[in-house]
Amino acid sequence: MPDIEINASLTRMLDTNGKVVGNLPDFARDQTELLRLYRTLVLTRTFDTKAIALQRTGRLGTYASSLGQEAVAVGAAAAMRKDDALLPSFREHGGQLWRGVTPKELLLYWGGDERGNNFAGPRGDFPNCATVGSHLAHAVGVALAFRLRGEKRAAVCVFGDGATSKGDFAEALNMAGVWKVPAVFVINNNGWAISVPRAKQSAAETLAQKAVAAGFPGEQVDGNDVIAVRAITERALARARDGLGPSLIEAVTYRLCDHTTSDDASRYRDDAEVSRHWPAEPLARLRNFLTNSGFWDRDKEEALLRECNSAIEQAAAEYLATPAQPASAIFDYVYAEAPAELIEQREAANAFMRGQHD
Amino acid sequence: MPLCAGSMTELNLVQAINVALKCAMSEDDRVLVLGEDVGINGGVFRATEGLFRLFGEQRVLDTPLAEASIAGVSIGLAAQGFRPVAEIQFAGFAYTCIDQILNHASRLRARTRGRLTCPMVLRSPVGGGIKAVEHHSESPEAMFAHIPGITVVMPSSPARAYGLLLSAIRDPDPVVFLEPTRLYHAAREDVTDDGKGIPLGQCVTLRAGRDVTIASWGAMIKEALEAADQLAADDIEVEVIDVATLKPLDSQAICKSVARTGRLVIVHEAPMTCGYGAEIAARVASRAMTNLLAPIERVTGYDTMMPYLRTEQYYMPSLNGVLAAVRRTMAYT
Repeated sequence: MPDIEINASLTRMLDTNGKVVGNLPDFARDQTELLRLYRTLVLTRTFDTKAIALQRTGRLGTYASSLGQEAVAVGAAAAMRKDDALLPSFREHGGQLWRGVTPKELLLYWGGDERGNNFAGPRGDFPNCATVGSHLAHAVGVALAFRLRGEKRAAVCVFGDGATSKGDFAEALNMAGVWKVPAVFVINNNGWAISVPRAKQSAAETLAQKAVAAGFPGEQVDGNDVIAVRAITERALARARDGLGPSLIEAVTYRLCDHTTSDDASRYRDDAEVSRHWPAEPLARLRNFLTNSGFWDRDKEEALLRECNSAIEQAAAEYLATPAQPASAIFDYVYAEAPAELIEQREAANAFMRGQHD
Repeated sequence: MPLCAGSMTELNLVQAINVALKCAMSEDDRVLVLGEDVGINGGVFRATEGLFRLFGEQRVLDTPLAEASIAGVSIGLAAQGFRPVAEIQFAGFAYTCIDQILNHASRLRARTRGRLTCPMVLRSPVGGGIKAVEHHSESPEAMFAHIPGITVVMPSSPARAYGLLLSAIRDPDPVVFLEPTRLYHAAREDVTDDGKGIPLGQCVTLRAGRDVTIASWGAMIKEALEAADQLAADDIEVEVIDVATLKPLDSQAICKSVARTGRLVIVHEAPMTCGYGAEIAARVASRAMTNLLAPIERVTGYDTMMPYLRTEQYYMPSLNGVLAAVRRTMAYT
């Protein structure tokens, strides 16, 4: 099968200083597109900082930061069309923001409110998946639905390096390959699955090579290079839309943060290792490129930070001002129509909570 | 023969399933069938016989051998507006689907506040008594019934299999549809292919009686009805209720019956501990305690592994077991 290739050398378009080292795609010459990408990266990091602050002050639930990995989901989402479907893991806030999920909706979700998943934006996108790797099969199903209806749409599924160890991953890739569904699987390989490093996760030289067994292309991309991630994902999506089947993309990045706010990475990871990875982080890289290209300066940077801060502050205020759902809401949406036994439980609960229970 | 057009044929249970699938697929092109060997082979029990020829490979999909993902792919299809009917070849292979059913199918509606829904059916043969090899005779209904947001159905006759499956496929939420293998090729009855569903969530009273209520489902309905026949000779009138939909449970129908009879015998093939009989017993104990004249009896499989085929008959709840339980309840007056 000539179209299968393992790109052992990872694709990179900008080096860590933002210097061009690859063939830039057309969108990378479009200032508006570049600024949109940069704004979403900055917005994602601003969101991240605020979310952690809210969690630390008891106003948000456990939160999974995407610090240092923003370019993976933003790049992948930026390659998508509006009517494609994103099936994210729990660290893809940037992709969700790009797709139109609002920061307020994300905060509602992480604050423990199901309404955060009922976002007004991309209605066909899945909510993020906390049970690692179990959403890959959903992406196969969504992509199969697109194919069966003859639509030129595709599903993009993002997940971590840990997910590639699961049977779900092997099963889903295998099915996707057999059915040649229009799906793109993106690994956010951030080097760590909580405390387990990549080397202990798999003996495979690359995670991308796991696509070979499923009969379709897999390749590595610098996950801190948003231009490269977007370009590679666009190529994979074009392939999917042309009926040529799925692709696997291993975006190599680094988790500069703890696994979640419940985690303390200093228990298992040297600070020195984290420090070593900071220079490669994705925001500075694109910012340097923008600056070198004459698109960016300190004033613009400060204006953008102010704009993102104010957007996130406003979202946080709106989130905090949103009352929790009423108690009876836990009985809503269990079924399209509540069966008698559930109505009975709801009424008993309502009576109990009104203090009318004897 | 036109599908869903009201023709009446004498069918066994697996044929009734087949006719219901054809009817559902002909009335709604969102209905897809997927699973292992469901295509050209028509399923290992022939439940999907002829579907591939009638509806083609776009609607009858042979899947790779991966049960968890058969369920998972169905969720993606359902969220996109299809109505997938997935076949798991044997219930013993369905356990890996529980992750998908529990963590995703059951709660997609709730966690997105209705934005995404999951109208899928997971079909699987269940139960023993067919001298199958190990892992092919399981009764996992209580495991599925424990999952909020799921409907669990088990038919006990060809006509009910037809009507219940149609309703399951039309249901807006995920349904686990468990088909007693022992009945697949057992009794035949007239089934009218008229496209009429039997409502889910309702028990069916198969036989009225004043003395004892037997609540059962699936293949054990056969023993329940036989017991009722035999006990009638001793002037013991047994009311036989086919629970049919285990979840949501029509406990009102069972409690009403117990209010008349004062005695309840629950019969199921699955192991006793945490079996679905425990749920029914608890509901009746809390709602119809004052109507009870005798302790609630459960006739079930033992808390053992399903034995291999040479000793399988010692595991299966028997007619004699049901008769003895009914007589024990009759000792209370």
